[in-house]
Amino acid sequence: MLETVLEPGTADSAASFHERQLAAYRFMLLARLLDDKLAALYRGGKIHGGVFLGRGQEALSAALGLSLKKGDVFAPLIRDAAGRLAFGEPVLDSVRTHLGSALGPMRGRDGNVHRGRPKEGYLPMISHLGAMISVVNGVLFARRLKGVTGTVGAASVGDGATSTGSFHEAINQAAIEKLPLVLVVANNHYAYSTPNERQFACRDLADKAIGYGVEVQTVDGTDLSACLNVVGSAVGLARAGRGPQLVVATLLRLCGHGEHDDAGYIDPKLKSSLVGRDCLKVAEEQLLRQGRADAAQLAAWRHEVVHEIEEAVARAQREPAPDPFAEEWRAISSKQLSEGHG
Amino acid sequence: MSITYLEAIREAQAHALRDDPRVFIYGQDVGAFGGAFKATKNLAKEFPGRVLDSPISEDAMVGLAVGAAIEGLRPIIEMQFADFSTPGFNQIVNQAATLFWRTNVPCPITVRLPIGGTPGSGPFHSQCMESVYAHYPGLIILTPATVEDAYSMLLEAVAIDDPVIFCEHKFLYYHLKAEKLPSEALPVGKARIAREGRDMTIVAYSAMVQDALAAAAELSPEGWEVEVVDLRSVKPLDTDTVMASVARTGRLLCVGEAWPWGGVTAEVIARVTSEGYGLLDAPPQRLNARDTPVPYHPNLWTAHRPTTRSIAAAARNLLRL
Repeated sequence: MLETVLEPGTADSAASFHERQLAAYRFMLLARLLDDKLAALYRGGKIHGGVFLGRGQEALSAALGLSLKKGDVFAPLIRDAAGRLAFGEPVLDSVRTHLGSALGPMRGRDGNVHRGRPKEGYLPMISHLGAMISVVNGVLFARRLKGVTGTVGAASVGDGATSTGSFHEAINQAAIEKLPLVLVVANNHYAYSTPNERQFACRDLADKAIGYGVEVQTVDGTDLSACLNVVGSAVGLARAGRGPQLVVATLLRLCGHGEHDDAGYIDPKLKSSLVGRDCLKVAEEQLLRQGRADAAQLAAWRHEVVHEIEEAVARAQREPAPDPFAEEWRAISSKQLSEGHG
Repeated sequence: MSITYLEAIREAQAHALRDDPRVFIYGQDVGAFGGAFKATKNLAKEFPGRVLDSPISEDAMVGLAVGAAIEGLRPIIEMQFADFSTPGFNQIVNQAATLFWRTNVPCPITVRLPIGGTPGSGPFHSQCMESVYAHYPGLIILTPATVEDAYSMLLEAVAIDDPVIFCEHKFLYYHLKAEKLPSEALPVGKARIAREGRDMTIVAYSAMVQDALAAAAELSPEGWEVEVVDLRSVKPLDTDTVMASVARTGRLLCVGEAWPWGGVTAEVIARVTSEGYGLLDAPPQRLNARDTPVPYHPNLWTAHRPTTRSIAAAARNLLRL
């Protein structure tokens, strides 16, 4: 297992680390408040289908999104609101997709967390856990064939996805091809309601890396600084040609699987343990303690974020819903080969 | 010089690799070994780095193809047997087939499925999967029945901007020969009148076209002129050509090697009866494999799938109605 090596050393790298920490915090805050707003809209009956939040997973998610550069590839998990924003997704994409706006990237054809912009390296997840990893492999594989170098691809999954065949096939494939894949496992202890002990029997999910011949790092997913260090290091190693990197983060989902779920199955002992602490509060305390923000600054940021979210929601709510009569009802791009049996 | 159906598939891939730098081939044993059936023989040597062995991971094979397609390449995935595509089913029907609909980004992948029975192959090396895949929106399903179509339709499959399931029949691999490769072809989506006739229409696809033609030849001395329609692609399905043929003959027998429940033959008959009921002089019939797994022993196998003899018998029954 690798040691975390990117603790800020020189003045320059310290400054850049602090900048990243602040940026990450702001994406975490934006994601949390956006999630809160989506939950409120869901409870108000304004959202068709489910709403799946990332509460408690923002530190890891933001660290991943920020560690990627433009031109990299990202296949997020359902709890990656922070990472998506940090990767460059506009708030409006999320709001439009959740509200079913015809102007959103999915045009009402898919909803909530199932969104992306494939041509920008931002891959839209299907619901089948683990299936996105090999798609990221494919983009990276294609780039190698084309002679494009220097980019990495990240896929996020949860503890549940590590039990799927897709996960196994894809991480093995990435290892064989030595692809610059960063595979981040957010172990939030429950796959929907199923606890870790009914999901896997290895001592630690990180042990799986040995079997695949890939490098692995573990991190406390509630600690933003640690996440920035570890995920940043994994992304750096992948970019440097060291092959696929597995990151296993330990944290707790601070909400239900979806907003329909009261999460009554979560062990209270876990909630009150270190793993159950709120990464957003931990990050705030770090910033305050290190003197990089004061209470007034935090309040000002919160105010800005709320404003941004409210504007996006107000805008998307005024936008048209998809029109079934205007819909083309064509599943393939080759018009001449479409049967047109709508 | 003659060329087999299998050689035509190899030549089409060589052609695609030569003409289009976006094309690569990925599948089990396709590299130096040249594939389980030698459909990629010598291609790895001829096109270094572009014909690559995959691990036994059908899910990840198709997932990788989808990612490469998003990145602008034109992957050809070889499933060693159509039967083995089931572990990759999720990536085909839920990932590849939904991408364009969801995101407006096309997914130009070609998945080659060696389909159909050969004697002694048994339940897991003999399946016909076209009906299963055709059920899902977002896929194009090609079922070439001739050497010429195997070549031209595979080239077209690679050029199509959508996921194509290319069903190549293993029984035709070595049995079917042509004098040369075609220089022109009907476009995908057009069925072909493989034999003209006035008394009844047999609609078939893939290897069953050859059996239908043999059955038609058998019936000819008895005074029956049987028209054979080769669907070529089962999705899209060229309903117009089928309907026009039935309008001429008034009788329809639809033959498929896949299992009977639902599927291509049921679809053809449903369309003809609902859209062309008045054209029919007799109830439309269909002939499929039996509703059991594909048996191993040649005695059982020949009784499991439609054959020239059973097609001819079904045709005689229909002509008497």
